[in-house]
Amino acid sequence: MSPELLGLIADATGETLYMVAVAALLGTALGLPLGVFLAASGRGELFEAVALNRALGVLVNATRSTPFIILVVAIIPFTRLIAGTSIGTNAAMVPLTVAAIPFIARIIETAIREVDHGLIEASRAMGATPLQIVAKVLLPEARPAIVLGLTLTVVSLIGYSAMVGAVGGGGLGDLGIRYGYQRFMPEVMAAVVVVLIVLVQALQSAGEAFARHVNKRIRRA
Amino acid sequence: MNVLARADAEPALPAVSVEPPAIRFDAVSKCYPARGRDAQVTALDHVSLAVAPGEIYGVIGRSGAGKSTLLRVINGLEKPGTGRVLVDGTEVGALDGAGLRALRRRIGMIFQHFNLLSSRTVFDNIAFPLELAGARRPAIEARVGQLLDLVGLEDKRGRYPAELSGGQKQRVGIARALATEPRVLLSDEATSALDPETTRSILELLRRVNALTGVTIVLITHEMQVIKEIAGRVAVIEGGRIIEEGAVYDVFARPQTATARSFVSAVTGGGVPDDLAEALSSQPIEGGRAVLRVVLTGAQATAPIISRLSRSAGIDVQILSGQVDRIGGAAFGNFLLAVPAHASAVGATLAVARAHGLSGEVLGYVT
Repeated sequence: MSPELLGLIADATGETLYMVAVAALLGTALGLPLGVFLAASGRGELFEAVALNRALGVLVNATRSTPFIILVVAIIPFTRLIAGTSIGTNAAMVPLTVAAIPFIARIIETAIREVDHGLIEASRAMGATPLQIVAKVLLPEARPAIVLGLTLTVVSLIGYSAMVGAVGGGGLGDLGIRYGYQRFMPEVMAAVVVVLIVLVQALQSAGEAFARHVNKRIRRA
Repeated sequence: MNVLARADAEPALPAVSVEPPAIRFDAVSKCYPARGRDAQVTALDHVSLAVAPGEIYGVIGRSGAGKSTLLRVINGLEKPGTGRVLVDGTEVGALDGAGLRALRRRIGMIFQHFNLLSSRTVFDNIAFPLELAGARRPAIEARVGQLLDLVGLEDKRGRYPAELSGGQKQRVGIARALATEPRVLLSDEATSALDPETTRSILELLRRVNALTGVTIVLITHEMQVIKEIAGRVAVIEGGRIIEEGAVYDVFARPQTATARSFVSAVTGGGVPDDLAEALSSQPIEGGRAVLRVVLTGAQATAPIISRLSRSAGIDVQILSGQVDRIGGAAFGNFLLAVPAHASAVGATLAVARAHGLSGEVLGYVT
């Protein structure tokens, strides 16, 4: 493989990592509070708001049930508004983030629902405010599940980021489509797939190791 | 000093009114609305009681009797439907969010399943209520140090709950509950998940804490053994009503209701064994024996009644089952005896028992 191609692959890998990192960070910044609210606003919960909970639930499901490639096209006006363009790596981060928010919200919601209800009761009995319960009980206790869930999100985002290549988003998917498919260079396609496999493996292993580290429920010798 | 001076000045006042109760229930009722196919549940039905400061008050009942709700209306985790709950004279139901949180910092609570934060070390679990109250780090360090010393877990301060035994977890729970120096400690089946030996050590710790700090303890349990070991007074709850209440010794010696009797007999061995219960007949059987229950209480509990019976009445007395316990420092015995079924022997036995101030009753007859 020529040095030019290797350079292209390196650049594309950088773009993919950049897109995924920004989408995961923004997605967490917005998805985390949404997930906490979804978990804690049901009937009889800390911030009871049943109607709003239902409405947000429907919105989250709607976003999640839209195929990603359709979401990318459907929100182009919104993407232009935010990024100023609908083409390129910066533009691709908008639909990635929009897709990540409900995904992360559901993952946080599920992780928080798994926290033993007795802990919430004990915290209330100690005079904790609802916000203290979220910050000091729910999030720390759900941390191992949240770390694993975010790992899953990042892996999914890498897959999604390859799809934005189809609409000129840059990154490894873009490279694979333009060089591997349209210019018929199977070695580029193969290299892209190998890089993606290595990326996903590395992220998954790192995520699992970190989740084990923060999980204090397991007795260690 | 003050209390004594006031009592002297007004000798007509009964002792209880000198100190207002730590906890008072005025006709408290609580219903859970019907849900799906489940009918409406009355958890508390016009419950009135008063717990004096510094006493250990036990509430015993079977599951679903309402004892859990009774405990939770004290710190406002549940709201009473009607009636009032007063803690140190403050009506719990009238407090707003901030007032309720302030009250809860003066009421510690321990749980059957401990409810420790798995992501925090022993130290940080005990520090948790202090953090919630906004205490500063040096104050937290000092207080948690004292508490670790009190519950004997100094060497575990950096451990996580998953690395502790059940008894150690409950010690952490107790230390955590005491962190903010509460006036009241609520115990929700705190020993039900522990083995008998650990149960005893936890109850011993609670007794020591009560003596040391004067904290009022309200504990709910389904085990009479727990009541017997630690409580001064006990309430028996069934169907949301308190069906019996009194000093633990009195309830053991003279249980008034079937529920109380069955709780008591589970501990004192006064229960009728199953095979004997089946063989019991209500009519005397020719040449058979009469089965009597004799309860030994007070100063007579240690009287040599069996030998007196056989000596003074010339009756052969057979012990079917029996046990002598110490409850609140006083002896308490419960015996099932068999004597010949003819009327004179039975009458003589009851007469001797009565002469010693003991209660006796004929349960039935066997061959």
